[in-house]
Amino acid sequence: MKYVRFLIMGVLFGIVLSKGEIISWYRIQEMFRFQSFHMYGVIGSAVVFGILTIQFIKRTGLKDYHGNPISVATQEPGYARNLIGGTIFGLGWAITGACPGPLFILVGHQGWVFILAILGAVAGTFTYGLLQRYLMH
Amino acid sequence: METQVNFFQQALAFVQQPWPWWVAGPLIAYVMFSLLYYGKGFGISTNFKTVCCMLGSCKVSDFFCFNWKDQIWNLMFIAGVVIGGFIASHYLTPDMAVNISPQTVSDLQEIGIANPGASYLPEEIFGAENVWSLRSLVFLLGGGFLVGFGTRYANGCTSGHAISGLSNLQWWSLVAVAGFFIGGLAMTHFILPYLISL
Repeated sequence: MKYVRFLIMGVLFGIVLSKGEIISWYRIQEMFRFQSFHMYGVIGSAVVFGILTIQFIKRTGLKDYHGNPISVATQEPGYARNLIGGTIFGLGWAITGACPGPLFILVGHQGWVFILAILGAVAGTFTYGLLQRYLMH
Repeated sequence: METQVNFFQQALAFVQQPWPWWVAGPLIAYVMFSLLYYGKGFGISTNFKTVCCMLGSCKVSDFFCFNWKDQIWNLMFIAGVVIGGFIASHYLTPDMAVNISPQTVSDLQEIGIANPGASYLPEEIFGAENVWSLRSLVFLLGGGFLVGFGTRYANGCTSGHAISGLSNLQWWSLVAVAGFFIGGLAMTHFILPYLISL
């Protein structure tokens, strides 16, 4: 039962990204052509509110639900992994018109077709796991 | 009684409009905060890794050796995400047209998309009736593969890097987001026209 709250957060997230048209292939094309402010507004305002939120957490020492200090994960360092990995993801993002969240939302939206894209993503993740030791990070 | 019904209809009609960026963006930040408040980090692409782990990939790579039960909350989150997408499309979006820029419409028509913006996605590629064509399989399986491989290589997608990482002022997330755009721009402007003509 303790997981129900995450299910509800997911429902909210799915509705927000649907109604904000972030799951639209056309909106992603528009973004990569710099032809509308919409996606920049979505990501930009999320980051501005995110920065304010995290600064608030850090400055007030806000505790989480369990009473532990809230820690925000730091990312893995390295130009190769972030730039090359990021570029490969960007290539995929412009094809599917969906990053991982929208891939799942589109299963609810468009139906089983997007399960194929998720299978592709699982295969890509598996391939990374196999090749990890040979890749520059 | 009649005014109550009227109020409900008006409220529903209000929600059924497309939501502007300044509604969607702050709500995404709110979702990130909710997860942090319950001791979790916003990271959707991790679920692909969890699925690999559950399917027994630990046998072939240590990368997949972890206790997937620690990620049940995240699997529940994406289950909710699918339900949210279903609710939004079936009950909250009577008009699926997306009001994209006229410039995008004409650019996409030029590379062979018939009705840009008529619905959320180009049906000739993502519609169920066209899915067993080479082009659709390249878009879904090939595009999905790059998303899965790239997000794991960079250790994050839009939720982990662009939203959480930039909100936490992480330099490496900015590098990753620069990569997202290098890849996205290269695909959109140089490769996509060829894929659409498949």
